[in-house]
Amino acid sequence: MKYIDPHIHMVSRTTDDYARMALAGCVALTEPAFWAGFDRSSAQGFFDYFRQLTEYEPKRAAQFGIQHYTWLCINPKEAEDPGFARDVIALIPQFLDRPNVLGIGEIGLNKNSRNELQILEAQIALAAERDQLILVHTPHLEDKLKGTRLIMDALRANGKIEPARVLIDHVEEHTVKPVLDRGFWAGMTLYPDTKCTPQRAADIFETYGNERLWINSAGDWGPSDPLAVPKCHQELLRRGHPASFIEKVSFRNPVEFLGQSPKFSAPA
Amino acid sequence: MSASKYTCPLPRAKALDAYFLEHRAKLIDLAAFLDRLDRADPQGAAEDFRLAALRQALAILSDGRGERARRVLECFSDPTAEPIPKAPMKGALGAWDGKAAKP
Repeated sequence: MKYIDPHIHMVSRTTDDYARMALAGCVALTEPAFWAGFDRSSAQGFFDYFRQLTEYEPKRAAQFGIQHYTWLCINPKEAEDPGFARDVIALIPQFLDRPNVLGIGEIGLNKNSRNELQILEAQIALAAERDQLILVHTPHLEDKLKGTRLIMDALRANGKIEPARVLIDHVEEHTVKPVLDRGFWAGMTLYPDTKCTPQRAADIFETYGNERLWINSAGDWGPSDPLAVPKCHQELLRRGHPASFIEKVSFRNPVEFLGQSPKFSAPA
Repeated sequence: MSASKYTCPLPRAKALDAYFLEHRAKLIDLAAFLDRLDRADPQGAAEDFRLAALRQALAILSDGRGERARRVLECFSDPTAEPIPKAPMKGALGAWDGKAAKP
């Protein structure tokens, strides 16, 4: 069954992972800019990273018939130094017209600090100014509930952002309803220990429906599984959900949201 | 979504067949974890905020009310509304340590 993984960090994965994802039915993916596991020593490190996301990774994915799209930003884990973060933000506009760039992301908060919020607001403003889609990272564990509220307030405060053009990711049972109620799209991330298991993601679909909601692996350099999305499909099938349900959450929903960017082309 | 409250396509008996052993094991793991903590010397420390949140969450499992997953997650969450002055670290601890945002 063909599917889209709308959030995965392929710079941290091997070429074998591309091969396995293609075998499992992945036809397209989107890769947000994120924290490398260490702080970059200069803004120039981000310039190289943005080249990797817009030049190198699309070619690597194409070898396996997978369309590669990306999102650019400075992530909240490196936003505690506002001067550094603004130097990185200044690099982004020159990359926004590249053919696989869908928007700004994954922006958001990590520890819900004032500096993180200031840099989030600056990147929301950039997205508004350049009419870009937004992919949002919500904080981990104890910080998620508060951070999700602060992020939604910041998006509303900008005044120019349409909620339907924003995907708020890493929702769980305590954040999914407020995100959907405010008109945003929501993403569930399938992680082995934190965020959602495939079972809980299926539970959330059964509780909140399958409109404006998708699943992703967010596979990266930490404990994560690039095949988490098809594993969740197996869980849905095991429960008796029809194949059309899976097509809706893992293909038609991503196509509907991502298709708001003229650069996104729905895979055949 | 269906208006029915039975939104899981599996009949309850089939859901038990599918998931009971897995969750029985998880519950015993949790019981063994609490026993392990009892055997570990607290060295005079007051109860850790993570354990306090865990005990609060455990009560939710048997209170007979719904939306348990949401309410358990809220037990571990920072309930304050203001941004904190400065990020103290990059990671998260799994439960709120009770330190409210300072003005």
